[in-house]
Amino acid sequence: MIGTPSAEAFVMAVLLTLLAAVTIAIARQRNMFGVVILASIYSFLMASLMIVLDAVDVAMTEASVGAGISTVILLTTLYLTGSMEYPQRRSVAIPLFVSIVVGAALVWGTIGLPAFGISDAPIHQHVAPTYIDFSRKHDMPPNIVTAVLADFRGFDTLGETTVVFTAGIGVLLLLQGGWRIGGSRRDEETEGDDEI
Amino acid sequence: MRLDLILRVGAKLILPFILLFALYVQFHGDYGPGGGFQAGVIAAGMVILYAIIFGVHAAKRIAPPIMVEMMVPMGVAIFTGAGIAGLLMGNNFLDYTGFAHDYLHAHEWGILIVELGVLVTVCGTMVAMFYAFVQRGRS
Repeated sequence: MIGTPSAEAFVMAVLLTLLAAVTIAIARQRNMFGVVILASIYSFLMASLMIVLDAVDVAMTEASVGAGISTVILLTTLYLTGSMEYPQRRSVAIPLFVSIVVGAALVWGTIGLPAFGISDAPIHQHVAPTYIDFSRKHDMPPNIVTAVLADFRGFDTLGETTVVFTAGIGVLLLLQGGWRIGGSRRDEETEGDDEI
Repeated sequence: MRLDLILRVGAKLILPFILLFALYVQFHGDYGPGGGFQAGVIAAGMVILYAIIFGVHAAKRIAPPIMVEMMVPMGVAIFTGAGIAGLLMGNNFLDYTGFAHDYLHAHEWGILIVELGVLVTVCGTMVAMFYAFVQRGRS
C-alpha cells in the first residue's frame, strides 16, 4: 500500500497531514476548551486512520472512548478547574529537546519494523496461525478477534475487565469519598440547574 | 440549554438508535467488529448524552447511581461466574465447551456471556465516573 500511489495512500496522507496540523494546534492552544475539542478531533482522525488500516475494532474504540467519553470527562473537569492555562515563563528549550530526541528515537525504531502489511512478520508467526487454524477447524465465530479476546485468551480479558473495575472503583472513591458510616450516600440531589 | 428545542428533539430521536447500535455491536460481535467493551462505551455514551441534554437529574432517573455502581463489580462477577461454571462442568476455567451440546454453540454462548460481563462493567464504570465528575462540581 505504501509506495504505490493509490486512493488509500492518498486518504492516509490527508489524514496524517490533518493529524499533524491538529497536534501543532493543540500545542499552541492556550484555551483548555479549545485543547479538549482539538483532542476530540484528533481522536476522530485517529479512528478514521484505523479504519483505513482495516482495524475496525480499534477504530470503534478510539471513536467512542477517545472522541466521546474522554472528551465529556475532560469537559466536566474543565467545569471544575476553569479553562484558561496560566502563562508559563519557563523556557521551552528542555521540553523541546526531550520531545525531539524521543520522537527521533521512535522514528528510528520504526526503521527496524517489518514492512507494513506483510504476512510473514514475526507477530503473525507466533500464536496467530494456531488461533486461525483452531477456529477454522472448530467452526468458531467468524470474527476471530472476538474469539481470541473472549475465548482463547479469556483470562486476559478477565484481567482487563478487572482493570476497568479497579480503575472505576478508584475514581469513585477519590471523587465521591465513599460511604458515610451508618448513613446514606453523600450524593443527595440538589434540585435546580443541572446543566454542565 | 433548557430552551434548545432542536437539541432536545434531535437527541430524543438519536438516543434509541444509539442504544440499539450498542446492542448490535454487543450481539453481533461474533460476526462483525465490536464486542463488549465498545458496546459498553456506546451505551454509556447514550446515558451521558441524555444527561448533557436533559440534565443529570433526569439521567439519574433512567440510570440510578446505585444501579450504575452495582454494575461495576457485577460485570466482573458475570465474567468470573462464566469461568467458574466452566470449572464446575469439568472443563478448565473459562472453557465454555460444556455450555451447550454443540461445540460451536457452547462457545458462542460462552463468548456472549463473557462479553455481557465486559459490557456491564465498562458501561457502569463510564457512567459512574461521569456522575462522580458532575457531582463534584456541586458540593
